[in-house]
Amino acid sequence: MSGQLKEVRNRIKSVQSTQQITKAMKMVSAAKLRRAQDAITQMRPYAQKLQEMLSNIVSSGDDDVSGSLAVERGKERILLIVITSDRGLAGGYNANIVKLAKETISSRYSDQFKKGNVTIWNIGKKGFESLSKQNYKTNADFKDVFLNLHFETVQAASKAAVKAFENKEFDVVELIYSEFKNAATQKFVVERFLPIPKVERKGGQKKADFIFEPAKEQLVAELMPKILNTQLFKAVLDAHASEHGARMTAMDKASENANELLKTLKISYNRARQAAITTELTEIVSGAAALNG
Amino acid sequence: MTLEILTPEKRLYSGDVYGVQLPGIDGKFEVLNRHAPLVSALGKGNIKVIKDKNTTAANFTIESGFVEVLNNKATVLVEGVTEV
Repeated sequence: MSGQLKEVRNRIKSVQSTQQITKAMKMVSAAKLRRAQDAITQMRPYAQKLQEMLSNIVSSGDDDVSGSLAVERGKERILLIVITSDRGLAGGYNANIVKLAKETISSRYSDQFKKGNVTIWNIGKKGFESLSKQNYKTNADFKDVFLNLHFETVQAASKAAVKAFENKEFDVVELIYSEFKNAATQKFVVERFLPIPKVERKGGQKKADFIFEPAKEQLVAELMPKILNTQLFKAVLDAHASEHGARMTAMDKASENANELLKTLKISYNRARQAAITTELTEIVSGAAALNG
Repeated sequence: MTLEILTPEKRLYSGDVYGVQLPGIDGKFEVLNRHAPLVSALGKGNIKVIKDKNTTAANFTIESGFVEVLNNKATVLVEGVTEV
């Protein structure tokens, strides 16, 4: 009898300590999420201004100045930049991104994949681990961006992608990551990175008469890579925030489940205790009755 | 005029200034009050924020960047900043 009691007590203890861990992880993720969200809001004005500048330049004349990074070529060689996290325990977060990457390849680029022309660059350890085990051509040069999450580290990856595109190693570059909506929801997206979509010319009233220095073409050529850098940086920050959001919800759920588990365990513990007491009482009473008999 | 200096990671400077000295790609130049609308690329060099005629409010070295001047507001986008 007491053996069963002890067993249940041990279970309760272990569930309690697990719950403590999940609760702590939830708190940590919440704090990290706040910081990650801050980083996104901090970079937003920069990205907006950059885009505005480009549209100002493009709208100020009639000539086409989009440059070499906007040239559409045949979709022969594909590069997918897949952004996952470095750590697990974030619910379905990493699995969903990997699944989306596989789906993208099988639905849109299956011909190119058969010819071995689909390359995957991984950012984040988890995606690399699961994709490199299968038949995908992966590259882990930029896997460790999250260890040192700064603009400069992300910039290196984006520069490499731009260079490869210019050297015609790839015809299309796409990003697969999770866009941050709020802590509970992530939106998994496939986003075009290169070639750059044509910039819309702003209609309506004439803009101010800008002095351009150097010439417009050169300015655009300088601006384009910068815009790409910020686009990738934004994707990485979004993914970072999503990761913590996903982990927070996952850990919240886990703590809740632990609570429920504890409830049922406590009931069976009390039942076992009660049963033990009852048997003991019966033994004493019947023993006494036998003596008095 | 108002000046705003932005990096991808944060807002570096924002406020009313007398002028700002910028490292243009073809040489240093200065933007003062009521400058004509301008878009220019910046190279490696020094940004000097001039608060009053003789006092410097801040100094940054940058790797590259852009400046846009419109309606007496200068927005400077920079990368690779270190504060001096």
